[in-house]
Amino acid sequence: MNYKLIIDIAKSLLLARWKQTLVAAIGVTFSITMFITLLSFMTGLNKLLDGLILNRTPHVRLYNEAKPNKNQPVNASAAYKNYYNFISSIKADNSRQEIYNSAAILHTIQQDDRVLGFAPRLNAQVFFNEGTIDVTGMITGIDVQAEAALFHFNEYIVAGNATDLKNVASSIILGKSLAEKLLVNIGDVVQVTTAKGERFSLKVVGYFQSGIRDFDKTQSYASIATAQKLEGQPGTYITDIQVKLKDIAIAPSVAKEYSQLFGVEAEDIQTANSQFETGTFIRNLISYAVGIVLLIVAGFGIYNILNMMIYEKMDSIAILKATGFSGSDVNRIFLMIALSIGFVGGMTGLFFGFILSSIIDHIPFNTTALPTVKTYPVNYNPVFYFIGSSFSLITTYFAGFFPARKASKVDPVIIIRGK
Amino acid sequence: MNAIILEAKHINKRFHDPITVPVLKDISFAVAKGEFVSVVGKSGCGKSTLLYILSTMDTDYEGELLIDGEVVTNQKAVKLARIRNEKIGFVFQFHYLLNEFTVLKNVMLPGLKLNKFSEKEVEQRAFERLKMLDIELLANKKANQISGGEKQRVAIARALINDPQIIMGDEPTGNLDKKNGQLVFDIFKKLSEEFNQTLFIVTHDPSFAEGTQRIIEMEDGRIIKQ
Repeated sequence: MNYKLIIDIAKSLLLARWKQTLVAAIGVTFSITMFITLLSFMTGLNKLLDGLILNRTPHVRLYNEAKPNKNQPVNASAAYKNYYNFISSIKADNSRQEIYNSAAILHTIQQDDRVLGFAPRLNAQVFFNEGTIDVTGMITGIDVQAEAALFHFNEYIVAGNATDLKNVASSIILGKSLAEKLLVNIGDVVQVTTAKGERFSLKVVGYFQSGIRDFDKTQSYASIATAQKLEGQPGTYITDIQVKLKDIAIAPSVAKEYSQLFGVEAEDIQTANSQFETGTFIRNLISYAVGIVLLIVAGFGIYNILNMMIYEKMDSIAILKATGFSGSDVNRIFLMIALSIGFVGGMTGLFFGFILSSIIDHIPFNTTALPTVKTYPVNYNPVFYFIGSSFSLITTYFAGFFPARKASKVDPVIIIRGK
Repeated sequence: MNAIILEAKHINKRFHDPITVPVLKDISFAVAKGEFVSVVGKSGCGKSTLLYILSTMDTDYEGELLIDGEVVTNQKAVKLARIRNEKIGFVFQFHYLLNEFTVLKNVMLPGLKLNKFSEKEVEQRAFERLKMLDIELLANKKANQISGGEKQRVAIARALINDPQIIMGDEPTGNLDKKNGQLVFDIFKKLSEEFNQTLFIVTHDPSFAEGTQRIIEMEDGRIIKQ
């Protein structure tokens, strides 16, 4: 097959109608540009929004929940053994929030190969005393280093220093909204009353901002030791263990295993945050659908232009066939035309898509909800560029397929005699 | 007797639309190498139809057709395209040059398709043929920038590029004025006499036909005199 000649003829036909060619190529360029930009921006946002929750969420969380005992006395009674017993208004027994034998559990988790890291926590309900007003709040005792390493704790500290929590005795990091409400600055002292009625003074060493305002209004952090002191508990008292795994996919099975092994409640990330996965999937689906629709529209543009070209070039096609070009040669010429429009348009589209997404990447995006984000998020995933380029070729191939087949079936006799 | 280049055996053709009408009835003849044949007849007598069957472009007929000793009836389309490319040169009433290309490139295209010679050689051969027809100065002009008579000469040069066994013409002078018509006839005459080129030309023009070696006269789909 003489491809050089076919390319040569295709090129001449293309250049003879360069305005139409340009319009067709611009159609492809535009759709690929939008496809790339849309996907980069959408998935960038997706990642950001997911990160907002998922980065801070443990893969498996171990805790104790106050709930009624499963073994109620009536079930143990021999007389009612064969009955199905309905009991109403059961009260929770006096199970504690504490995770029993926490030191041994932590040791076991540490030995587990699947675990990336863990951070123990301790939640304490308190009232912040602001003059005569009490503001309800929650102080979470944390291991600052583990939280920073596993859950990006440092990223949410907007003022002050996270490590001060460990270095300064009786210190606290307040949620930004809470600090505003209490009118305190860094270095000031806040008064708290614990659920048991004891009063403590804690020194403010920083603010944090999670991006979720309601959360920032009540939440504050202290070191584990400080929180244990507030609760009046010994050094082994913790209420939560947050585990981060190496592979997020195995979280449900690990949660189940730990729950049985340690006799505690275990919640995995998939169960706790299933709505995020769904949201991400839907948003991606919409982006792909819009991108593909754009490409298909561009494909129809190419189809039209090629069809017109064939009607215009009927004589040329007839004479090519009369002088010895076969139907498949003519077919190849028109497919070549379609594919080169797709290729050139697609490559330019990838280029402009990259430019446009990097422009978006530089647009300032300051929102109080997202302290760490300064510009719009963009995800430069090479996969989008790969999909974009293959799709531009595939759609233009199909756009060219039918016109090319029509051209290959032109009967030279009819054209030449018709004059 | 020279070798037979073109041989038609009992060719019949019917048009089926809207009703079946026989247009060619039992056409049989042979053209030997070097002959300059013209086909004459009234409009609608089937001479153009015959030409397109002989040129292998129309395959819907009964009978048998041989070109250069080879049966071409019922051959595959790709094979027929190859035969047209290699063995037949065409000159039509309208020039049918490709406006996107220069004159030289138009002449070269069938040669490039044949792919027997390198591009350089094909260019050289195309130039030789333009020179033979005294239009070498037009070589680099676009096909739509030259006059009608010149276009027809370029079409002849294109027909000659692959040294065809036979040149077929469908009223090649039909669309030209007397002067250009004469010029084209002189070229055919020269090809026939100096290069022993076989020519098979359908024409309306009695003065053209008189100048040829052999006249085939058709009427109502039959050959009445040859």
